[in-house]
Amino acid sequence: MSAQPTQADIDREIERYRAEAVPGQEQPPRDYPPYRSSLLRHPKQPSVVLTDPEAVELSGPVFGVTDVTELDSDLTRQHRGEPLGERITVSGRILDRSGRPVRGQLVEIWQANASGRYAHLRDQHPAPLDPNFTGSGRCLTDDQGGYRFTTIKPGPYPWRNHHNAWRPAHIHFSLFGTAFTQRLITQMYFPGDPLFRHDPILQSVTDEQARARLVADYDHGLAEPEFSLGYHWDIVLDGPTATWTEDGDQ
Amino acid sequence: MTPPPLPPTPAQTIGPFYGYALPFPGGGDPAPAGHPDAVTVHGRVYDGEGQPIPDAMLEYWQAAPDGSRAGAPGSMRRDPTTGAVLGRHGVDFTGFGRVATDADGHWALRTLPPPADAPYLAVCLFARGLLRALFTRIYLTDPGAGGDALLDGLPPARRATLLAVAERERVHGFDIRLQGREETVFLEFR
Repeated sequence: MSAQPTQADIDREIERYRAEAVPGQEQPPRDYPPYRSSLLRHPKQPSVVLTDPEAVELSGPVFGVTDVTELDSDLTRQHRGEPLGERITVSGRILDRSGRPVRGQLVEIWQANASGRYAHLRDQHPAPLDPNFTGSGRCLTDDQGGYRFTTIKPGPYPWRNHHNAWRPAHIHFSLFGTAFTQRLITQMYFPGDPLFRHDPILQSVTDEQARARLVADYDHGLAEPEFSLGYHWDIVLDGPTATWTEDGDQ
Repeated sequence: MTPPPLPPTPAQTIGPFYGYALPFPGGGDPAPAGHPDAVTVHGRVYDGEGQPIPDAMLEYWQAAPDGSRAGAPGSMRRDPTTGAVLGRHGVDFTGFGRVATDADGHWALRTLPPPADAPYLAVCLFARGLLRALFTRIYLTDPGAGGDALLDGLPPARRATLLAVAERERVHGFDIRLQGREETVFLEFR
């Protein structure tokens, strides 16, 4: 059995794959060996390209006011007491690639607590759980495609990809568009995190500009006096939609 | 002049810890309780060594039996008093399901059969190790040669990976293999 790779080993792999990558790749590859879990879980056959205008996937699930409650978007008010950590507002817009807002659609988030621990049985990182923080939230986008969450800044945490591996702080986002093809799960990062260059999950996006689109902007306009700091993050959903192909008829 | 399309936000893996945030009670039951036409579709997700994947999440989207593709809200209907999930009210068919695989990599969905002109469930698969989602389809009935453009374009062995197996009355099996000789066909939409 070979020794576990070190961070330096993984950093070198990240460099190599970046040098070999086709410039301008907007999505991570399915196969990215520095992220070890991808090895046995990426399809080896090429995807079958479908351009059928009748595909069911050009429509998609819808959600409404019955699917969320008002408190879902405030992760700091889901328990009796105040969670520990730095309170933040995270807000932005969900757009499609033609710049149209995704209205009235479901946004879900989940994250570790301020100490870097998830409220998940399998997360046994010996950092404290916070009885006042679960770390999951939901909202519907408004008429401009806007979303807004109040939460606390998550901590970085260790994982077992390689020896002494740490993930930069991030919030997981789950997004729906108007078509099932646009379904997106991704992660939002915080600006200036020194762990970025060591993280094979973020670095799986080999194009620098594409990678930068996963990092929120600090936005003092979203800060609230005596209460919270603010981050702004817009999301653009990929994939064809029924209205996209019907644009000429509108 | 149409402006150039906006660059998309890249995908990132769902990771292993989504379980307290995304799955919801009744996520695997788009069929209204007691509906006489309900079918069960189930199977396992396997990795490249043939091991079941215990931390995958599957989402399903389909046309309603009457052909509607509009869906309906209410898949994760909530109780405004307690915040708890009440579940679908059973009058509308929402067309949407979400199921996390269990410790044995198994999932099950109780739904209504899709219409004959779109006889498939669209599936979006997420898992730790998948940097972006995988799309596939489950055909509950074989539309036969000339019956479906996607299936018609595939060699027989690949085609077979998209067809559910009728196990018994109203129960269909469908396994997803991420690698190997019987690797499932995955789709990319343009």
